[in-house]
Amino acid sequence: MAEFTLPKNSKITGGKTWPRPAGATETREFRVYRWNPDDGKNPSVDTYHVDINDCGPMVLDGLIWIKNNIDPTLTFRRSCREGVCGSCAMNIDGQNTLACTKSMHDVAAGGAVKVNPLPHQPVVKDLVPDLTNFYAQYASIEPWLKTTTPTPQKEWKQSHEDREKLDGLYECILCACCSTSCPSYWWNSDRFLGPAALLQATRWVKDSRDEATGERLDNLEDPFRLYRCHTIMNCAKACPKGLNPSEAIAELKLKLVERQI
Amino acid sequence: MSRPSSMRTPLGRVRNLGSSHSGTTDFWRQRLTAVAMTLLIVPVIVIVLMLIGRNQAGAAQILGSLPIAIILVLFIIASAWHMKIGMQIVIEDYVHNETVKLVSVMANNFFCIAVALASIYAILKLSSGV
Repeated sequence: MAEFTLPKNSKITGGKTWPRPAGATETREFRVYRWNPDDGKNPSVDTYHVDINDCGPMVLDGLIWIKNNIDPTLTFRRSCREGVCGSCAMNIDGQNTLACTKSMHDVAAGGAVKVNPLPHQPVVKDLVPDLTNFYAQYASIEPWLKTTTPTPQKEWKQSHEDREKLDGLYECILCACCSTSCPSYWWNSDRFLGPAALLQATRWVKDSRDEATGERLDNLEDPFRLYRCHTIMNCAKACPKGLNPSEAIAELKLKLVERQI
Repeated sequence: MSRPSSMRTPLGRVRNLGSSHSGTTDFWRQRLTAVAMTLLIVPVIVIVLMLIGRNQAGAAQILGSLPIAIILVLFIIASAWHMKIGMQIVIEDYVHNETVKLVSVMANNFFCIAVALASIYAILKLSSGV
């Protein structure tokens, strides 16, 4: 059955409250999920106070400030710090988003900034989820141009109109905010490909240069791989790039009906 | 959530048994029956209102009309089919034990077919005036 409670070893216990930084005039409280695979303890939520006059405005800036000034063991992924790489995806104040583009001042004014790893994924450490399955699902949709026609000498041509059909799809940065916000993905991520992989699948199904459209649809046509999507739309709400995976999945379903009716 | 502790590669696990190349028919039928029920619900409500307060002879008289009997039978078929598909989706979503899932899907099929046939039999019996 679907799991509605956390396993015993995942239950969150009370964490450490770190002392306020000395000399800080304005601070913001951060409550951050901590779990260390090496100490055999249950996860906990640690409380930190960030000196907001010594730190950038984004949640990621706050986390980096904590790591540099309070607790160097705090573990999280980050790279580009401008919403392009997707590394710092995490659950902030109950919403999956990128820590680098989420301002800490947009989080419930005055309240604590609650930071957790992406939901329903195995945790590697602290805020780092294990996305092995997510990446394998992306690989399974074969995200590259597939053609039988010999490669032209110069390039595969595409009209401006056909190129525009990829808008709203190609921008995906595979941060996993959408898939890990989807209840269907929580219950069935072993078989359901999830919004991110399906949005990417749509991107290749709609590419006018691709010659494997039917084969791609064949591989998706499955009650679990595709039809676990019940248009809940958490994906569209979570996407930090403003994309709509639900709509992309609906287009896939429409194409499957179209070739049958 | 626990992952299978096999030595299979992640891609091997995702590909697993491959695509079943099905699901679109159920998806289409679910929408088809939804539209059918939307169209039929108004006449069905009117018929039910007409039946209120009548005895069996009165009901048999109303259901004796061919269009009325057909509307009711169509509504039963559409709603039972819709119910079967919807319930199967819920089972597939939440029941992960393969044996329990197979038995539940089977029971769901039997239940929906039994409900549909019993309802259709009742309508036909009344409409034939027996």
